[in-house]
Amino acid sequence: MTDLQKAEDRPRPQSLTDLFVSFTLIALQGFGGVLAIIQYELVERKRWLSKEEFIEDWAVAQIMPGPNVVNISLMIGARSFGLPGAMAALAGMLAVPLIVLLLLALAYSHYATHPGVTGALRGMGAVASGLIIASGLKLFNALKKNPLGMPWCIALGSLCFIAIALLRWPLIYVLLGLGIVGFGLAYRKLKP
Amino acid sequence: MNSALQISMQWSDWLNLFGHYLLLSLLSIGGAITTAPEMHRYLVDEHRWLTDMQFNASISIAQAAPGPNILFVALMGWNVGINAGGFGTGLLGLTLTMAGILLPSTTLTYLAAKWGHRNRDLRAVRAFKLGLSPIVIALVIATGWILASANNNPAEDWRIWLLIIATTLIVWRTRIHLLWLLGAGALLGWFGLI
Repeated sequence: MTDLQKAEDRPRPQSLTDLFVSFTLIALQGFGGVLAIIQYELVERKRWLSKEEFIEDWAVAQIMPGPNVVNISLMIGARSFGLPGAMAALAGMLAVPLIVLLLLALAYSHYATHPGVTGALRGMGAVASGLIIASGLKLFNALKKNPLGMPWCIALGSLCFIAIALLRWPLIYVLLGLGIVGFGLAYRKLKP
Repeated sequence: MNSALQISMQWSDWLNLFGHYLLLSLLSIGGAITTAPEMHRYLVDEHRWLTDMQFNASISIAQAAPGPNILFVALMGWNVGINAGGFGTGLLGLTLTMAGILLPSTTLTYLAAKWGHRNRDLRAVRAFKLGLSPIVIALVIATGWILASANNNPAEDWRIWLLIIATTLIVWRTRIHLLWLLGAGALLGWFGLI
């Protein structure tokens, strides 16, 4: 198994504390969402996952109900340390950011109308959306190894983007429809 | 957030709130924000536990704050609790809505991930992950696109788009730390340059 060799020479979460602290720091960097940060930190900086592994986990996190970033944190924690690992990752994702959020909510009424603050939020929002688009583009490069082949990947990806971003169709139908096609194609190409 | 509302919550109301969020959890494919319209119907229109302003502020503050966007749910529960009394009930509301939105979905995800990992060599499991890969990546890009096009102010739009495109290219092509970019965006906005 090449997977085993790959997993051995890569860094891994050291302990429950490591999981909790790592995910707390990831969450606290996530202005306007954690999606871009989590990919950058786990794949590029910590190297706990390869791009391909991240994409595969992301597929599961996306198809299950609940917030994707919370789901993927939970899965990574669980893979290292079982249920306690899942709990540690989940607590890291939520506990400290929740306290920060409550403090911000209490301060909000004082600063909500300050032009500098609203401007800064607008600027950070714009950057955050750019970060998310870029992390998607980066992951798309990793599809080279996908057995579907690049043409199919581009076709399925484009259809999904058009349906969700431009036509604003409900996610559930798009996921089901395209998901079945993707699954069928991959199943045929993966000869037993 | 000034609570413009005084409500009284019975135990049955708290249970209803918790139950409603348990249900929403199972419906929240692609994140809880997809169920926000239903939350609005339930909290604001049907039960009048929150004002429209509190509802919108909960979402926008959570979006701006660091951390996963799911935390807007905690803020809604907190606000319902504040309307019903004070900090004590605020914490109760926060705990109930967060536990409700997370318990079912995290349990399901945990079990599914465990099963999927144990059967990772099955052809169907491989096909599922690989077949869905391009679709879920496109969803990431679509999410960014939807966030980007949420600013609909034509006069300032081109600068926002310029910043978004610049950010996208920098992150895609270099390995600069993302916090520098967020800081730069905040500064540009603070001084009214975008």
